[in-house]
Amino acid sequence: MKRLRAHPNFAGVVILAVVLAVFGAIDLIRPFGLRFSDLSGRVVTIDTMIRIGILTIVVVGLNLLMGYAGQVSLGQAGFYALGAYASGVLTTLASRHGMLSGIADTWWWPWLAIIIGMLLTGLFAYLVGKPILRLKGNYLAMATLGLGMILYILAGQLSALTGGYDGLTGIPRLRIGDFALWPAQRYYFLVWGAAIAVIVVGLNIVHSRIGRALRAIHTNETAAETSGVDTEHYKVLALVISAMLASLAGSLYAHFQSAVSPSPFGFKASVELVTMAAVGGLSSIWGAPLGVAVMFVISNLLQSQLETIFHIRGGEYELIIYGLVLVLIMIFMPKGVISSLSAGRRNAGRDPEEAA
Amino acid sequence: MHRKPQRQPVRILVTVLVVLGVAALSLLLGSQKGLQPQHYIQLTIDGVRAGSIYALMALGFVVVYSVTGIINFAQGEFVMLGAMICLTVNDLDLPLPPAWKMIAAILAGVLLTTIIGATMERLTIRPARRSPPVTLIIITIGVTITLRAAALLVWGADPHVLPAFTTLALEDKIFRFGGVIVQAQSLWIWATLIVTLILLYFFLERTLLGKALRACAVNRRAAQLVGINPDRMSLLSFALAAALGAIGGIVLGPVTRPIYDMGVMLGLRGFVAAIIGGLVSVPGVVVGGLLLGVVENIAAGVTDPAYKSVVSFVILIAILLFRPQGIIGGGEKPAEEA
Repeated sequence: MKRLRAHPNFAGVVILAVVLAVFGAIDLIRPFGLRFSDLSGRVVTIDTMIRIGILTIVVVGLNLLMGYAGQVSLGQAGFYALGAYASGVLTTLASRHGMLSGIADTWWWPWLAIIIGMLLTGLFAYLVGKPILRLKGNYLAMATLGLGMILYILAGQLSALTGGYDGLTGIPRLRIGDFALWPAQRYYFLVWGAAIAVIVVGLNIVHSRIGRALRAIHTNETAAETSGVDTEHYKVLALVISAMLASLAGSLYAHFQSAVSPSPFGFKASVELVTMAAVGGLSSIWGAPLGVAVMFVISNLLQSQLETIFHIRGGEYELIIYGLVLVLIMIFMPKGVISSLSAGRRNAGRDPEEAA
Repeated sequence: MHRKPQRQPVRILVTVLVVLGVAALSLLLGSQKGLQPQHYIQLTIDGVRAGSIYALMALGFVVVYSVTGIINFAQGEFVMLGAMICLTVNDLDLPLPPAWKMIAAILAGVLLTTIIGATMERLTIRPARRSPPVTLIIITIGVTITLRAAALLVWGADPHVLPAFTTLALEDKIFRFGGVIVQAQSLWIWATLIVTLILLYFFLERTLLGKALRACAVNRRAAQLVGINPDRMSLLSFALAAALGAIGGIVLGPVTRPIYDMGVMLGLRGFVAAIIGGLVSVPGVVVGGLLLGVVENIAAGVTDPAYKSVVSFVILIAILLFRPQGIIGGGEKPAEEA
């Protein structure tokens, strides 16, 4: 029974991996001079796909935290920033100040920095999670929001470490030995490899003891605690996992941009992450890539359409529609796009709780 | 809450020690920057001015939260809309003397924002009334994003100017007391806060509608049983919150330069003020707003203005963790059962 149940997810992962590999291969080989962005009518470029992959990693974590454990986080961009800055600081400042000579120039140092960043962010999440997760509902939302804002402001203010609002530049590209994971066509494979690995880990967590404990907490915390679930432990665990995933994504983002500055990590970023998670479906790991992709395509389309129709550029005008989409989805599809899509399958006699 | 009786004095002692410690630290930092006593008075006065706006915003949070249980993220956008609509109407080429035009602009700002608030409730909150708090928070965030982007479209990304009420010009009248400067607009802000509080008191205590609103805040179901329509009260609470926000934005307009994204930080500060006051008590949040304004301004004065908002977020988290029932609201019952 268990084996059967794992099947659709296994098939899903394989299909996703193959499709993404084909997308990537098109840009790498360019048959008949075609590029990936031509296929999608230039709405989705390889650049967009990399961003979708990076944010998928964050949103999988957010889904575990919000959808499964039922704990709201409006400060997830703070953890994302911690990862990006850990990579940025460890790879640029160390060599600039002549510290760690002989180590900071090696090819494996940035990879080690990613892991150090994840561990530090996880530790930070553990320390703040203990007290903060005692709060519930609205209060937890506001406390995490405050936390995210503090991290954001500190990123701008601690300029000796973070380069202030100008940020850090010159973050090296990742490489394995002498094989550089750049240009973007190569980096794409790294990001989506990581994203698929994270999806697999997420699916496994959901179907494990941890996942069952988290769902129990979400359904009824008191009942879960009475049945012997150490609710505090599992809630903190969910926060730590989601923070570490956000940190990983942040590092990948830093090496992708080759620079970090505070602006992509503010309150707006946290809200966008929650939006993506909610649009895809909070209680669904598969909702993560879907939600991120849907919101990316919507905002890309809106941006280009607004440009051609109203001749206005830049700005954040597309956010009008972005906000409306968010409101409409919350009103009419509070469980996300993916659960509406799979509603038919559920009616065929499937246990809704098992559809991950 | 079953608190052991002997813990109460300890708690008070700790609080007093923390407050004294922070005060001593501020004085130390201030003396290093060479601040004189009049500087502190100046910082306090400016803090009270900012705090009055936070108080008006916090009232908006309280009205909506106590009636509907929703934290309304769009509260800050009401402030922005009030200021923006007011200055737009004031810039219109109306055949009126400047003073009357200003009054018309103020009324238009409050009225239109109130309508926007009521519309928001009807279109977005009512259809999702039975959703969990997370969903409702996300909905109000969605409305916030939309309103802000729409404001960007209408008013552009540049800051605007609203003339001071006293002079009806850019330059405001300034009173000097020794080394301390008080702008005339500050007096307008304080007077507005006091008048608003008096009106609110009369509305809530003396009118049938106000009493119905309070009944709904005490117990929604019981209110329904005695014939109060909770849907109407929810609508009323959003309209009232929008009006309070717009009033705050309009009196604040002349001392800042209204810009489309001014609502974000103001909204968050208003929320912190509301939390200090325990989220349900009107006097509590007014004191909370004033306190936040003063503490924040002095903290920024003795350190670096850039850390102003860090101070309010630290206060926010500290209060949520240690006294979720608020400092001044004083009730034993937390606003939201933990």
